[in-house]
Amino acid sequence: MSDLRDLYQSLILDHGQNPRNKRSMECHEGGQCRCTEGYNPLCGDKLTLFVKAEDGVLEDLSFEGHGCAIFTASSSMLTEVLKGRSIEEIREIQNKYLQMLTDEEVEPDPEGLGKLAVFGGVKDFPARVKCATLPWRALEAILQAVDEDKVKSEDSVATE
Amino acid sequence: MSGVVSESLLTRLRTGNLRTDFPIFQTDGQDNGLVYLDSGASAQKPQVVLDAVNNLYANSYANIHRGVYKLSEDATKLYEGARETVRSFLNARHRKEIIFVRGTTEAINLLANTIGRDRLGKGDEVLITHMEHHSNIVPWQLLCQSSGAVLKVVPITEAGELDMDAFADLIGPQTKMISVAHVSNALGTINPVKEIVAMAHEQGIPVILDGAQAVPHMPVDVQDLDCDFYVFSGHKLYGPTGIGVLYGKADLLEQMPPYEGGGDMIESVTFEKTTFAPLPARFEAGTPNIAGAVGLGAAIDYVQGIGFETIEAHSAELHRYGNDLLAGIPGLRQIGTAKNKATLFSFVLDGIHPHDVGTFLAEENVAVRTGHHCAQPVMERFQVPATTRASLGIYNTKADLDALVVAIGKLRKFFGK
Repeated sequence: MSDLRDLYQSLILDHGQNPRNKRSMECHEGGQCRCTEGYNPLCGDKLTLFVKAEDGVLEDLSFEGHGCAIFTASSSMLTEVLKGRSIEEIREIQNKYLQMLTDEEVEPDPEGLGKLAVFGGVKDFPARVKCATLPWRALEAILQAVDEDKVKSEDSVATE
Repeated sequence: MSGVVSESLLTRLRTGNLRTDFPIFQTDGQDNGLVYLDSGASAQKPQVVLDAVNNLYANSYANIHRGVYKLSEDATKLYEGARETVRSFLNARHRKEIIFVRGTTEAINLLANTIGRDRLGKGDEVLITHMEHHSNIVPWQLLCQSSGAVLKVVPITEAGELDMDAFADLIGPQTKMISVAHVSNALGTINPVKEIVAMAHEQGIPVILDGAQAVPHMPVDVQDLDCDFYVFSGHKLYGPTGIGVLYGKADLLEQMPPYEGGGDMIESVTFEKTTFAPLPARFEAGTPNIAGAVGLGAAIDYVQGIGFETIEAHSAELHRYGNDLLAGIPGLRQIGTAKNKATLFSFVLDGIHPHDVGTFLAEENVAVRTGHHCAQPVMERFQVPATTRASLGIYNTKADLDALVVAIGKLRKFFGK
């Protein structure tokens, strides 16, 4: 069971059973909050990710949904680790995280991932990788939308 | 087999001696301890099936129904012999009523696209049930989209049984087709299909039975059931993947338009007009899965060599044993508690997601299925995202269920439950 203990390190167990930021936020047209949905049809993991962005910084993140311990922990830790960070920082973390879990070629580099490094063990359980990546894939859609907003507002600044 | 339980064979099943027939359970001539509880998804293959497939390719292989040379004749004989084995297995009246297809999914798609398309127009209804596998939902939805027909669904009870009063009420003048699982893959429920067929036939409605989960567990007599169509997959019956069976009553099959066009399904072809071959070739366009059919024939021979009386006696013992064991686990709830049920345990554990359960059991060398079992409406009905399912086959023993329960105990401890 040593591999399993790696997979379900106490940090994952803790966040899986007591997720942080598990709440919804009010999203409405033109507001600062954005939300997106993620779904893993294979196991039924379901997620809504909420993000409040201001000036390219994610001021608040939260999630709703249900799924396995790894999915729940991954969502919980995502919201905790990314709070208050800029889009640029987040992209860097996101790339490293997804690379650690999905890139066969590259040696995982937990440097800079902080406590997210505990998910490194998931790579050895191919059937579970999707559980750990689902919230990060959902985040991608939000980051793109936030980026587009930024471009729009810069455009409007430039044309004034 | 002649309607009696064979004590000596039952002993082989009880002691796990049957495992020696299946190479997957052996490593270097020793039993490797694999606890395989996912036969509902796909069953393991006995050596005799592998040998039959190998023998065909090694000694008797050529394309069928074409060559005038001996190898082609040998292959044709083996392929058509398998059809006769299936006919006898289902007690169909005629060999031409047995159509080889890729599996249950293809069989249902074939029916939706032939007799379904023929008979269903705007406002007509197809009746299925809430416990169907996606393969008995989606083909009908597609047909409804293109034809304007309506899909109606028979509800299920808290125990996971069909609500037969509602079933009767849902059959109306617009009902043109009924398609029902013989045994539910997610709940294990054995449906009263003979009663359903009789009810439908009073209104002249044809009935398709999805037998994918039934044929490994019980004898099926299509004449006794009087169903119009019966479909199943070979790979859940200890046969190869990619081969399955569509049984249909000859008069219905004969009225049906062809499904796929190609070689072998025609009588004559000109660019102006093609006439189609008689049954069963009309529905077997192209070179079929010859080896698959031969392997399926061998699998049926193997199962019949043990006999359903013996198989059913053994699985009844396991069923009782498993129910008692699972009842002793705090926080475990079985989903699907029908009175009449196949040996299948679908369950949820308080506070532990099925996906986590599956990974833990895998680590203990216990193979189960976790997820929605391609039956999302069932999950939604019972308000669970997924279940863990242990589905048994002829090689399983009480020791397998013991291993399952020990592993569940360990994982509950790990999760602090």
